[in-house]
Amino acid sequence: MIVGTKIPRKEGLQKVTGAARYVDDIVFPDMLHGVTVRSTAPRGKIKAIHFAPSIRWNEFTVITAKDIPGKNYVALITYDQPFLADTVINHPEEPVVLLAHHDKHVLEEARRAVTIEVEALPPVLTIEESLAKTQIVWGQDNSPHENIFKEYTVVKGDVAAAFARQDVSLFEAEYATGAQEQLYIENNGMIATYSAQDGVTVWGSMQCPYYVHKGLLPLFALGDDKVRVIQTETGGGFGGKEEYPTLLAGHAALLAMKAGKPVKMIYDRQEDMAATTKRHPSKTRVKSAVTKDGDLVGLDIDFVIDGGAYNTLSPVVLSRGTIHSAGPYHTPNVRVHSRAVATNSPPHGAFRGFGAPQSIFALERHLDEVARKMALDPVALRKRNFIRQGETTATSQTIREPVDLAAVLDKALAAADYDAKKKRFLAMNPSSVVKRGIGFATFMHGAGFTGSGEKTLASVVGVEALANGHVRVLAASTEIGQGTNTVFAQIVSDTLALPYDMIDVAQPDTRDVPNSGPTVASRTCMVVGKLVQSAAIGLEQTLVNAGDYKHGAGADAFAAACAKYIAKHGSLKCYSQYQQPANVEWDDKKYQGDAYATYAWAAYVAEVSVDMATYEIRCDDFVAAQEIGRVVHPVLAEGQIEGGVAQGIGYAIYEKVVWKEGRMANGQMTNYIMPTSADAPPIRVLFDEQPSPHGPFGAKGIGELPMDGPAPAILNAIAMALDVSPRAIPFLPEDLMALVKK
Amino acid sequence: MEAVVSDAPETLMALTLTVNGDRVRVAVSPTRTLLELLRYDLGLTGTKQGCDKGDCGACTVLLDGRPVNACITLALSVEGARVDTVEGLADGPRLHPLQDAFVRLGAAQCGFCTSGVLLSAKALLAENPAPARLQIKQALSGNLCRCTGYTKILDAVEDAARALCSKGQQP
Ligand code: FES
Ligand code: FES
Repeated sequence: MIVGTKIPRKEGLQKVTGAARYVDDIVFPDMLHGVTVRSTAPRGKIKAIHFAPSIRWNEFTVITAKDIPGKNYVALITYDQPFLADTVINHPEEPVVLLAHHDKHVLEEARRAVTIEVEALPPVLTIEESLAKTQIVWGQDNSPHENIFKEYTVVKGDVAAAFARQDVSLFEAEYATGAQEQLYIENNGMIATYSAQDGVTVWGSMQCPYYVHKGLLPLFALGDDKVRVIQTETGGGFGGKEEYPTLLAGHAALLAMKAGKPVKMIYDRQEDMAATTKRHPSKTRVKSAVTKDGDLVGLDIDFVIDGGAYNTLSPVVLSRGTIHSAGPYHTPNVRVHSRAVATNSPPHGAFRGFGAPQSIFALERHLDEVARKMALDPVALRKRNFIRQGETTATSQTIREPVDLAAVLDKALAAADYDAKKKRFLAMNPSSVVKRGIGFATFMHGAGFTGSGEKTLASVVGVEALANGHVRVLAASTEIGQGTNTVFAQIVSDTLALPYDMIDVAQPDTRDVPNSGPTVASRTCMVVGKLVQSAAIGLEQTLVNAGDYKHGAGADAFAAACAKYIAKHGSLKCYSQYQQPANVEWDDKKYQGDAYATYAWAAYVAEVSVDMATYEIRCDDFVAAQEIGRVVHPVLAEGQIEGGVAQGIGYAIYEKVVWKEGRMANGQMTNYIMPTSADAPPIRVLFDEQPSPHGPFGAKGIGELPMDGPAPAILNAIAMALDVSPRAIPFLPEDLMALVKK
Repeated sequence: MEAVVSDAPETLMALTLTVNGDRVRVAVSPTRTLLELLRYDLGLTGTKQGCDKGDCGACTVLLDGRPVNACITLALSVEGARVDTVEGLADGPRLHPLQDAFVRLGAAQCGFCTSGVLLSAKALLAENPAPARLQIKQALSGNLCRCTGYTKILDAVEDAARALCSKGQQP
């Protein structure tokens, strides 16, 4: 078995020798560079575009919305976002003009010589302003959807009756989370070529080649086979290269078409941070009804996220946040009302966790506050309410697989030495300038697309055998650092009982690979991996049916059978398409049913120290325990958790986007601070394995899970250390100062 | 602001340096950074650009053995110096113990920070063959990694330090 072992990652060697080719490492002869001229006003009407006479514009390729050959919208869920603003400006980074030239330095000067004259309109910059409808910035006037991209209501049981009970205490508080930049170390970048014969080809850093493909078809009014999208080695994504690359690919391709030359566009860090998507800021009001013994009998949650200027993926982000807002608890009466609202900042988008970190932060902080007010043990309160096999979630989904979150929590608390430390810190803190705290959060994360998403996607994966017996996985799922190549190869290797070295994963290129769906939603290993496995089984069965092979006959026999088959039939490929399992049902109208095929379950414990002289906050120790089904690759799986936890620590206590008129004012790594090696605590990762029937070899999704727990665990630890109730992240020294001085 | 045309022939100046053991003579513009020289003139694209401002460490190379951010080092300022990049780390097909440990222990995920981290680590081990974990953390604190949370990177540097010590090898 290769599954479960620490086999070296497929592309590891190229990465440590500098041989891996990222988009900016690729050069074409006669290539131009492209840049974007953006609006500066957050909202208004374009009156004129001025090109300063100091520049010899005839040396440049210049593109405006007028040059677009097809439709000027980025095809995603809705078609509201233009590739280039034509008359209306909806956010301060709105792209308006594109320029290309062979010399980067001259180009930069030219960019500054373009002025976009805008008749300013009053912007909407916060969730509150958007809800108050101070201005209508999205949707038709007087429609119920003014400023609202999407709204959901989830109802289970009778919340009003639960809150009216005589034997319950009621609690209510509002929680807020800020924007967060994905901050992959490789900025967004694309290279495009165009020819009348082949149409558009783009190479770039991306998570979802078929999103780009879908977006370019209407932009150029070209047929399927005239748009080709190729993923280059990608220096991290975390959601930040899910939907945004479509826009950049479109820009590079528009320039390439007009110039008749290859065009490379690489964002610099400032532009990448300011103009591309970030995590949705949120506000969550949680009301709870709790009996004196600690039974959570009612939850009433109002969850709002700031979607920015265009719809993009906000409805789906909102959906995941809504479904996760009631946590891993068996609460008989739940109402969740949620909205994604429009503002005049650049669209917020996909980021690891996808709405769940926001609403989970609110609930896990809230439960600690409830425990504190009722003088209950926060551990006992959680354990009393944990969902168990056979019980139902907020969407009335019955949990069919075994789950023991109490055991996961016990494991985490023991590893962190929670009880002893808590006692010690409480005893020492009164006499110490540096206060110490320990806190935890318990949560779940659904794997795969929400609701009917996987059914709609109907992903396809192929497996191809070559005459030498090597097997290639054909999928659009991208390797972005998380280990796609390795995990797919492990799955095929064990399924076919062939050596790992005989399995390759094709470079995602829409000409060669089928659409296995986007590389998002913790779905690659579990959902796509299962398709890889069934395609491999189909391929082997073809050889068996031909009478030339039997399972386990070995690499040589397999190669001989492949050679024979290919000599006769030309090639040997097998495809597999997603089928919704019979017992997974979802009602999109009522928002009830099986929101996800399965869940990962986790308990994270954070230890902090807070220096009351300097207000410095540090996370000193971290334990992350989770049940994730079968662990396919222990090193890669730990790596996912460790990396996600570090991002979660940043989300909690370091990373603050400073907004000025809808624009990110601190768009550089100097003053947008992510954790360094000196800041990150030791992160201990513990796995429980409860194999799930929904993934290959029992695997479940893990990519997003680790983003959910750190922020509430850390803030709960700070609350314990200082006996305060912080309700917003990021929580920086200045926020601490304001809180304790109040 | 006057236009700077980087490739106008009259502004080019001669530069000699040693890159990964090879003596290199090039003509560069006074505004060319060492990073641009390596990546775009010499084709050594293993060194990465993540910010171009000295913040991320993706562009770390060794200048006479010391780690520097190539993005904020002017090419002309390295006249006569020895520059080592990730491409020179392996000894032919034999990986450097740091590279080997990074692959085995999962210290490179997306790989974009990896070249810079490897060179910072190499400089550390040259100075301190058996660093404590805290010393490794400090030595690498200028190399941002968004993927790993650093744990596996620290493990890999410790592993390589042990391998080098046991072989009695110079890092
Ligand atoms: S690219 Fe040089 S420090 Fe970031
Ligand atoms: S491995 Fe991706 S940034 Fe370090």
